Amino acid sequence: MVSLLLVFFVSLFFMGVVTRIRSLTSGRKGPSVMQPMWDIVRLWRKGSVYSTTTSFIFQLAPITYIASLLVAVLMVPHGSRAGLISFEGDFIMFAYLLAFGKFMMIIAALDTGSSFEGMGASREALFSMLAEPAFFILMGSFALFTGNSSFQGIFNGLYYGSHFSYMLGGLATFVLIIIAMVENSRMPVDDPKTHLELTMIHEVMILDNSGFDLGLIMYATHLKFAMYGSIIASFFIGSLPLWLSIPLTLVIQMFFAIVVGIMESFTARFRMGHNPQFIFILTSVAILIFFGVLMLLGRFM
Amino acid sequence: MDYLTIRNNQVVPLSDIPLISYDFFKETNLRLMEESEARHCVNYFGYRESGQIRLICCIADDTDHSIFITSAITPADAVLDSFTRPNANFERFEREIHENFGVEYRDHPWLKPLRYSYDRFDSSQKMENYPFVKVESDELHEVGVGPIHAGIIEPGHFRFICNGEQIMHLEIQLGYQHRGIERLFLQKSRVEERTILAENIAGDTVVGHTTAFANLWESLIGAETTNSLNFSRTIALELERIAIHTGDLAAICGDIAYQLGNSVYGRLRTPIVNFFQEWGGNRLAKGLVRVGRMNYPFTSELGDRLLDIFNAYEPDFNEITRKLWRLPSALSRMERTGELTTGEAREIGVVGMAARASGLERDVRKSHPGNLYHEISHQPVVKHHGDVYSRAQIRKEEIKQSISYIKELLQDIPDNNDVNTEGMIIQPNVFVISLVEGWRGEICHCAVTGKKGDLLLYKIKDPSFHNWMALAQAVRNNEISDFPVCNKSFNLSYCGHDL
Repeated sequence: MVSLLLVFFVSLFFMGVVTRIRSLTSGRKGPSVMQPMWDIVRLWRKGSVYSTTTSFIFQLAPITYIASLLVAVLMVPHGSRAGLISFEGDFIMFAYLLAFGKFMMIIAALDTGSSFEGMGASREALFSMLAEPAFFILMGSFALFTGNSSFQGIFNGLYYGSHFSYMLGGLATFVLIIIAMVENSRMPVDDPKTHLELTMIHEVMILDNSGFDLGLIMYATHLKFAMYGSIIASFFIGSLPLWLSIPLTLVIQMFFAIVVGIMESFTARFRMGHNPQFIFILTSVAILIFFGVLMLLGRFM
Repeated sequence: MDYLTIRNNQVVPLSDIPLISYDFFKETNLRLMEESEARHCVNYFGYRESGQIRLICCIADDTDHSIFITSAITPADAVLDSFTRPNANFERFEREIHENFGVEYRDHPWLKPLRYSYDRFDSSQKMENYPFVKVESDELHEVGVGPIHAGIIEPGHFRFICNGEQIMHLEIQLGYQHRGIERLFLQKSRVEERTILAENIAGDTVVGHTTAFANLWESLIGAETTNSLNFSRTIALELERIAIHTGDLAAICGDIAYQLGNSVYGRLRTPIVNFFQEWGGNRLAKGLVRVGRMNYPFTSELGDRLLDIFNAYEPDFNEITRKLWRLPSALSRMERTGELTTGEAREIGVVGMAARASGLERDVRKSHPGNLYHEISHQPVVKHHGDVYSRAQIRKEEIKQSISYIKELLQDIPDNNDVNTEGMIIQPNVFVISLVEGWRGEICHCAVTGKKGDLLLYKIKDPSFHNWMALAQAVRNNEISDFPVCNKSFNLSYCGHDL
C-alpha cells in the first residue's frame, strides 16, 4: 500500500522535475514542476476525436494500456514490504503486463493505417523486445541470489554484505534507469521533444490520439517512470523502518529524475541504427550481474 | 563567335549575344561545360519573342570571372534534343521551359511539373495528379510527408520509398508557394515596388535577393554604385550569413536532439538579427537595401555597436562550438550522414554552401565578386566529405570568416554617399545578369529589356533551385529518421524555388 501511494505521489511531479532540469541546464527558468500534470488534467477534461479509418482496437488501446500498467504498479513493493499483489514469480507477470499494454498500443498504431505510425510501431516493438532480456536476466540473477522469485522476497533477501553486492546494486540501478528510458522512449533512444514525425518512436504512435485518451497515454509515461524509480529505490531501502524508507524513496526518485534530466540535456539522440547496440549493452551489464551473483554464491568454481 | 563572354553586372546589348541555331546552341553549351569541370549553368530560360521562344543560357566559370552567354530561337511547338541527357545540370531548367512554353524534349528523362506557374502551357497539370515514381514491391513501402508539416515551415511534399528504415528514393514535389513573382516584376512598374518584391522572394535571404536586384538595377540604368553603398550591402550580406548560419546550427542541434546546442546557438542568433532591427528597423533586414541609396546609412556608432555585439558573441560561440565538436553522440549523428559526393554535386550543378561542403570551390564572392568583395581577398571554405558534418563545419568556419571580414571593413567606414538616380532611364534592348553569394549560395537575377526601355523579362534563380535535387540524392541509403537533419543541413527555400 505504501509503495502504491508513493508511486502515485511521485508520478504527479516526476516529469515536471525532468522538464525543469532540462530548462535549467539550457539557461531557462522553465515551467512549474506541476505543469506537465496540469496539461494532463486539461486533456482529461476533453473528449476524444477518432479517425474514421480506425476500429474498436484504437479506442480500446489507451484504456487497456493504462489498466495493464496500473495492475503492474500494484505489484511494486516498497523494499521488503510487499505490494498489493505479490506471489512467487510476480516479476514475470509484471514484465508481461507491461508488454501487453505496449502490444495494444502497437496494434492501435497499426490500426490507424498511417505510414508514420507503422514505422513508430515497428521501432517500439524492436526496442522493447531488445530491452526484455536485460530485465529478465537482472531479476533472474537476483532471484538466484536471494533464493526467492517474488519482488518482495528478492528485496527482503537482498543483503549488502560485501563490496561485491554493492557493486551489483549499482549495476542494477544503471540497467533499470536505462530500461526506464527505453520503455518511456526518452533520450538518448528517442527524442520526446521533436516535432519531426520521421524521427519519433513513441510520439509518432500516438499522433492520432487526442483528448482523454492522449491524457491517459501521457500519464502512463509519468506512472512508468515513478514505478521504475520505486523499484530502483527498493534495491536500497530493504527493511528500513517507514520513517526512514519513505524520505529515502523520495530522495532516490528525485535523484532519478535529475539523472534523466541531465542525460537528456547533454547528449544528442542516437542514430536509430545504433539504438539496438546501445540496448544490448543493458543485456551485457545484466549478464555481468549474473556472473557476479554466481561468484558470490561460489558456484563459479 | 558562338558565345559572348561577360562579367557579373555587365550590361550588354541584346544584339551582341550571338543568335545561333538550336543544334549549335546545344553543342556550344555542352562544349563549354565539358571544357572545364569548374563550370556550371547559372541560368537557362526562355521568353516569348514574336510568337517564338527565345532561349538564353548562362554558364559561369568558377575561376576566371567570366560568364558565357548563348542564345537561340525556337518555334513554340518544336521538339528538341535535351541538354539534360548528356549533362544533368540543365534538368530543372528544361523542365521549367517545358512547363512554361510546352517545348517538347525528345530525350529528357522526365518532364515533370516544376512549380505550377499560373501561365503554364498545360493547365491540366495539377498538384493532385503529380506523376510520382511508383514501385511495385511487397518489400518496399512509401512514406509521404507534407505538404503541411508539423513544424512551422513552408509547404512541400516529400515522398520516400523505403526499405524498412532505409531510404531508397526521395521525391520532392514543390510548387505550393508559387506567387508569380517574375510576372509581378513586369506588372509593377515602380522601382520601389520591384525592390519590395525582391525583398519578398525568400524571407531568409532578404539582403541577398535585394542586393542582387539593386546591383542589377543600378547597372541597368547606368548608375555607378558608390563605395558607401557597396560597403553597407557587403556588411549586410555577411551579417545575414552569420545570422542564418547560427540559426541553422541551432536547428541542426535541435534535430539531433542536442538541447544545449539548440538553445545556445538559438540565443546567439538573436543579437545579430536584432542588430538589423537597430540598423534598419526590421529584424529580417527588410527596407534596408534600396536602388541608389541606403534607407538607413551605416554610421560609425552602428559600427561600434556591431563590434560590441561581436565581442559578446564570439566567446559564447567558441565555447558551444568546442562543446558540440567534441560531443561523441553529436558527431556520430553528423558524420557520414547525408553524403553528397563531389561527383554527384558537380553533376547536379550544386551551388553555394552545399557545393563547398562537397569539395567544389564554388563561391560567387571569389569567382564573380560584386560590391566590396573585390577588396576582400576571399578564400572560400571548402570541405570534402559532403555529409551533415561538413555542412555544419562550413557554417562554423564561414561565421568566423564573416566576422573577420566585417571587422576588417569596419576599420574604414566610408561617408554615406547616395547615387542620384533621378532621370536615369533603363537602357533599351539590353541583357544584364547579377550574381550575389547569399548565405545559401549563388543568387542569380537576369533582366532583358525591350525597345522602349521596358522590362521584357525578369528572371530569378535562388540557389535552392539547384540544391533540392542534391538533398534528394544525399538522403539515399540513409535512415529515414536522419532525413530531418539532412534537410536542415541544406536548409533550402521553398518559396525561393517556387517564386
